[in-house]
Amino acid sequence: MSDPTIYAQHIRIWYGTPAGPVRAVDDVSFSIQNGEILGLVGESGSGKSTIGRGLLGLLPPGSVMDGELAFKGEDLLALDQKERFKRRGRDLAMIFQEPLTRLNPLMRVSEHFTETLRTHFPKISDAEVEKRSLDVLQVIGIPPSRWKAYPHEFSGGMRQRIMIALALVLRPAFVVADEPTTALDVLVEAQIIRILRDLAEQFDTALLLITHNLGIIAEACDRVAVMYAGKIVEIGDARDVFSDPQHPYTQELLRSTITLTTDGLHSIPGAPPDLIDPPSGCHFHPRCPKAMAHCAVAEPPVRNKRGGKPEPGTTDVACWINQLADVPEDARGPLERGEISVADEA
Amino acid sequence: MPTKPDIPIALDVQDLQVYFKLRGSGLSRLLGKEGGTVKAVDHVSLRLRRGEVLGLVGESGSGKTTLGRAILGLVPATGGAIEHTSGGESVDISKLRGRALREHRTKVQMIFQDPHAALNPAMTIATQVGHPLVIHQKLRGAELRERVVAALESVGLAPAEQFMGKYPSDLSGGQKQRAVIARSIILNPDVLVADEPVSMLDMSVRAKILQLMLDLKHKLGLTYVYITHDLATAKFFCDRVAIMYLGKVVEIGPTDEIFANPRHPYTQALLKAIPDVDPAKQVPRDLPRGEIPDAARPPRGCSFHPRCPLARAECGWEPRDLKALVEEHWTRVPVDEYEHEHAVVGGLRELNTDAKTVLVQPTRGGTVAEIFAMFTKIRDENPDEPLWSGVTRIEQTPDGVAFDFAEPAEIALHPAGSSEVACVRVNAQ
Repeated sequence: MSDPTIYAQHIRIWYGTPAGPVRAVDDVSFSIQNGEILGLVGESGSGKSTIGRGLLGLLPPGSVMDGELAFKGEDLLALDQKERFKRRGRDLAMIFQEPLTRLNPLMRVSEHFTETLRTHFPKISDAEVEKRSLDVLQVIGIPPSRWKAYPHEFSGGMRQRIMIALALVLRPAFVVADEPTTALDVLVEAQIIRILRDLAEQFDTALLLITHNLGIIAEACDRVAVMYAGKIVEIGDARDVFSDPQHPYTQELLRSTITLTTDGLHSIPGAPPDLIDPPSGCHFHPRCPKAMAHCAVAEPPVRNKRGGKPEPGTTDVACWINQLADVPEDARGPLERGEISVADEA
Repeated sequence: MPTKPDIPIALDVQDLQVYFKLRGSGLSRLLGKEGGTVKAVDHVSLRLRRGEVLGLVGESGSGKTTLGRAILGLVPATGGAIEHTSGGESVDISKLRGRALREHRTKVQMIFQDPHAALNPAMTIATQVGHPLVIHQKLRGAELRERVVAALESVGLAPAEQFMGKYPSDLSGGQKQRAVIARSIILNPDVLVADEPVSMLDMSVRAKILQLMLDLKHKLGLTYVYITHDLATAKFFCDRVAIMYLGKVVEIGPTDEIFANPRHPYTQALLKAIPDVDPAKQVPRDLPRGEIPDAARPPRGCSFHPRCPLARAECGWEPRDLKALVEEHWTRVPVDEYEHEHAVVGGLRELNTDAKTVLVQPTRGGTVAEIFAMFTKIRDENPDEPLWSGVTRIEQTPDGVAFDFAEPAEIALHPAGSSEVACVRVNAQ
């Protein structure tokens, strides 16, 4: 089997703050094959956007990243700044949220594409720029008659389509889409999700789709990784994870999502932890309805859902319940804990 | 509509209009031309009984937030009335100005969408939650403190002492929204307008805030106007739902009825478009195309007709729809074909109108016959396209190709089942 498009192992990303280092991403591993859409879902502060930026080398100053990150077998973290800059856009691209602010209001659509293409291919002719751009714009549903239009002449959904086309015109093998539909209405959101799905298939692009919306994951993704407090707690085939969630956090998150079939309100007690000083053991244990005494002491390793070693194609979980044999017998009892006061509630 | 006639009406919005004047360009102002008008709320009538939760649901640009703000008098009404009845007295909020309006706002309060922006970062929680009491009732000292403690504890920020000295930046998103709610109920209002109160919050927190709002409603006898784009929370939270599109209510009825029997094509589309957490349920591919149109130049007839999968001849077809159809055709043809057709018809500027009749003229290089052939081809690609049913004449004239469009039918809310719907298709049944 050929190398996956993205192979990330034991990625850690810490931010420096006056109060101490924030462990935004803490030992996260996953890989994405070409043509595959991996959904990264989690609440705000779970580290999902940080991963997306880390993969592209777009972390802010004051952050550190380590671990192993390979793009088609090539070690990205060993490259110097200049080499990574060259890869960005051409091999690895990003679709940002809020398309309304990402396009330059003084530049025509044509100028946006010219700039993008010329940065990476300085020699390319105007006719070639137009041809390549119109090809992508057409696929994405922007009529060629709008080639010379300005961003304000487009609606929000059209602008997001232009952003996607701008990312794709260089034919990158890997694209990060960070909340690509949050600013959009539900009908437009459905159009954009469909475009992303079709593109992954059509251009054989590997896509990391970051969102807090479980519905979008279920709609668009082949596989899903659920993040909580800087860690991937569960990763696997989207259908499998949604129909048979293993980790208590995944289960609780699915239960607390309000859908058209919701008939009772459910919420997770407590609030996400402070990542400067995260809880001992499993990060979720203070809020977990199934926590055992052992969960507060030891951090669960990632195992496939039957308790064996993670392998390609398995759903993997970081929870002691799936590896009960490794839990000392006297530590299997329910965790004793103080009441979560309302004050600690989110 | 009157489901429980014995419960008094708290809020009666009658034929409300909120229009915003556009400035237009400098030249057109010099020439004395009007800049145009955005009809943000266009002849809307609603009734809320005491203790009821009414959902205003729609996409951005539908006018739901403007309507909510008009209920508080935060934007002036252009026409119509907003009658608020409290303690046996009725007042038309739309006619109040200045001090009278400010005083009235003690009874109608708002919960804002973004708790991070709705709180003053330089004020402690106690100061800003108590601020309305200082402004309206000149309270201070122990009495003020007592009321603030009570308000904080009633929204779950307990023990209140722990929060009073804190600043918004010390609180989580959910805690901030609790503080915002505490501030809005501290004057004992009877109507609360909640503008997307949970859309900025994480999934696991949304349920907590909605539960809190339900608890407060029962405890304090509140009436809610719940503004949202999220049909799933509306279904759970509301007694009745009004679906808005481009300033108008297109469907209104009891929540159960709207969700079990959505009648307006827009409501049906919204319901189908929600991505479900069940991967086995895929969003269908036949969703409405395009986006909500420019409110300054709304479509003729039914505002939804350009996107409506079920549109018919009398829905208000017009030249702009023809332009959208040609542009959509251009996203499908090879580039050289587009270039040829574009050379024949040009930018189609003449179609930027809602006139009943339009003439598409050839460019210098094109002929009338070529234009006619292009439109014939587009028509043959998809003869079932509803637009063509609304075209009553296509004719080659010496100057170009002439199009006539059908006269639109009158669109108004009519009863259908226990709902009311504004759609010619539904009303004809």
